[in-house]
Amino acid sequence: MAQRCAVIGVGQTHYTTKRRDVSIAGLVREAALRALEDAGLTFKDIDAVVIGKAPDLFEGVMMPEAYLADALGAAGKPMMRVHTAGSVGGSTALVAAGLIQGGVHERVLVVAYEKQSESNATWALSTHLPFSSSLVVGAGGYFAPHIREYMRRTGAPEHIGTLVAVKDRLNALKNPYAHLRIPGIDRRMVESTPMLWEPIRYLETCPSSDGACALVLSSERAATGTPAWVHGGAMRSEPIFRAGRDTVSPQAGKDCAADVYRQAGVTDPRRQIDVAEVYVPFSWYEPMWLENLGFAAEGEGWKLTESGATALDGDTPWNASGGVLSSNPIGASGLIRFAEAALQVRGTAGEHQVDGARLALGHAYGGGAQFFAMWIVGREKP
Amino acid sequence: MRQVAIVAFAQSRHTGHDTGLSEPELILPVINEVKDATGLKRFGFTCSGSCDYLAGAPFSFVSALDAIGAWPPISESHVEMDGAWALYEAWVRLQHGDVDSALVYGFGKTSMGDPRTLMTLQLDPYYLAPLGLDQVSFAALQASAAGVPREELDAIVRRSRADGRRNPFALDLPDELPADPVVEPVRASDLAPVTDGAAAVVLAAGELARQLCERPAYVTGIAHRIEPHYLGLRDLARSASAADAARAAEDGLGPVEVAELHAQFAHEEPILRRALELPDDTVINPSGGPLAANPVMATGLIRIGEAARRVHDGTARRVVGHAAGGPCLQHNLVTVLEA
Repeated sequence: MAQRCAVIGVGQTHYTTKRRDVSIAGLVREAALRALEDAGLTFKDIDAVVIGKAPDLFEGVMMPEAYLADALGAAGKPMMRVHTAGSVGGSTALVAAGLIQGGVHERVLVVAYEKQSESNATWALSTHLPFSSSLVVGAGGYFAPHIREYMRRTGAPEHIGTLVAVKDRLNALKNPYAHLRIPGIDRRMVESTPMLWEPIRYLETCPSSDGACALVLSSERAATGTPAWVHGGAMRSEPIFRAGRDTVSPQAGKDCAADVYRQAGVTDPRRQIDVAEVYVPFSWYEPMWLENLGFAAEGEGWKLTESGATALDGDTPWNASGGVLSSNPIGASGLIRFAEAALQVRGTAGEHQVDGARLALGHAYGGGAQFFAMWIVGREKP
Repeated sequence: MRQVAIVAFAQSRHTGHDTGLSEPELILPVINEVKDATGLKRFGFTCSGSCDYLAGAPFSFVSALDAIGAWPPISESHVEMDGAWALYEAWVRLQHGDVDSALVYGFGKTSMGDPRTLMTLQLDPYYLAPLGLDQVSFAALQASAAGVPREELDAIVRRSRADGRRNPFALDLPDELPADPVVEPVRASDLAPVTDGAAAVVLAAGELARQLCERPAYVTGIAHRIEPHYLGLRDLARSASAADAARAAEDGLGPVEVAELHAQFAHEEPILRRALELPDDTVINPSGGPLAANPVMATGLIRIGEAARRVHDGTARRVVGHAAGGPCLQHNLVTVLEA
């Protein structure tokens, strides 16, 4: 039987376009030290380090865990580097939690980061292997057709994406770590921005951020401070080129959610999960994931968004932190979702705290909407 | 800990040149081979190791999912490390007790680039990489520090190549050694060859291991340790992290019949041998080791697989598989397997 695991420390950097004042090592160390401080611990109390980030081409450093071992106090300890595309931040937390649940370690430091200002992510995503075609479209160009297909299937009106873009940025104004904090954000402002990839406008997409996020995970016996208990965790992957796979509502996402809900005893996610931090890099992914994750029936996700149910004061708040739409250090974005879920159930989310949150979902996806990582954390022990 | 065993191992017939196969095409046959060997079609967990920089494109692991046929969707993860660490992650996952089998694979095509200069990009990007220190140059620093006599190094290379010629999966490298230095004191023959290849392993827990394999290779110890990145902070003549990993895997390795060591340069073998305190009668790299075939990102996993193979065929009862990563053996993983 798996051992209990808790989040006992969370550390984030202030997400921003360019952190010129720190190296990559300085950036990850900043998040790590904040997480350790939150847990009341030091590097000496850590048994192992697990680090995650998106493709190495984003910074031009190959397998950077070798270089970052010193800055993260990993020398003399085991260190792992996880990479599962955009879901990597979530997968990194799950691999680290696995070390505790498997009884291998008592305390594990988890760090994920991206320093996007070191290079150009759209370029790094657009190179390709010989004999395979390159779309040279980056992520927005890849996902826009899936969104259009969602709109076609459900008949969702065009303004739904705008609503999400405004809602998440209003939440970001309450989160001191958020990158995009836009005073006076409203529908008109979003609608006045250029169309990038139909139907995604400039303000309906995520920013390019520098930033790092860190967690300290602990066994029950080694827990300190205010723990957020892991009630379930799951990963699912499906092949990108499988003919007939549904890229709008991927089976891997449904299976991953079903697995994590079963572990946490969730049968009605909309009622039982108090707050969800879900990977929404383009506004329309909120209604799409509302359906994929079972918060709304098929074709009904956009109605939930339109009703205001996912706002901070709604009955099922999504991305109270401002989400990926407000901060996107890619490799860290999944871990930030997992971390924000933990902050909510610990009651330490600050101004964007959802009152009385007891159970929270952290979600990440990546690749061609084919890699999924999720966890559910709770205030009480599972 | 829960009893977990290696129940199947397969590797490609490695080549010293690009045969035109894509990475998924390289992987598919070895995945099919371990599926056939175990009769398993689905696994409780899947984990792989690869490196985007070998291909020069992001997400080299994504198309691999097409090769393994991840449908219906699978519980899966990936490390940007040698497949040996994917095996470690899978072993940890099996400790949870809710799944009993795991598929692990690693793959790499070094023929598509220049590994010697590529490895420079693994160094600290601010203070070390700009110096242009390449893989052979930093290995030469370690070779100088270790001071292994030339006769001993040549004997290691000759033995590895001879064993490699007997191993149908390794390269066919000649007995005569070119004497030209690449970077003093490292000679061309001390280098692992450019290699394309892949490998796969199946892990099974408890009763399932006995059902799937006549002689499962049980993991009785597995651990890894990293040490500081900066070469100046380390005693390069020794491998502190390999020694620490061996102690953590098993309190003193004791008698070991076969050890497969991830030594990519001839001088790394004696350093590792000392760090692991291997007895004199331990047979080192009977497969030929990395000096006979080095499909980067699969090489470490193959060491564990080759060690397991000696248990599977009944020729050994206690073996060690070792994997390394980072410049100058910065990161080491030790696996002890027993019949």
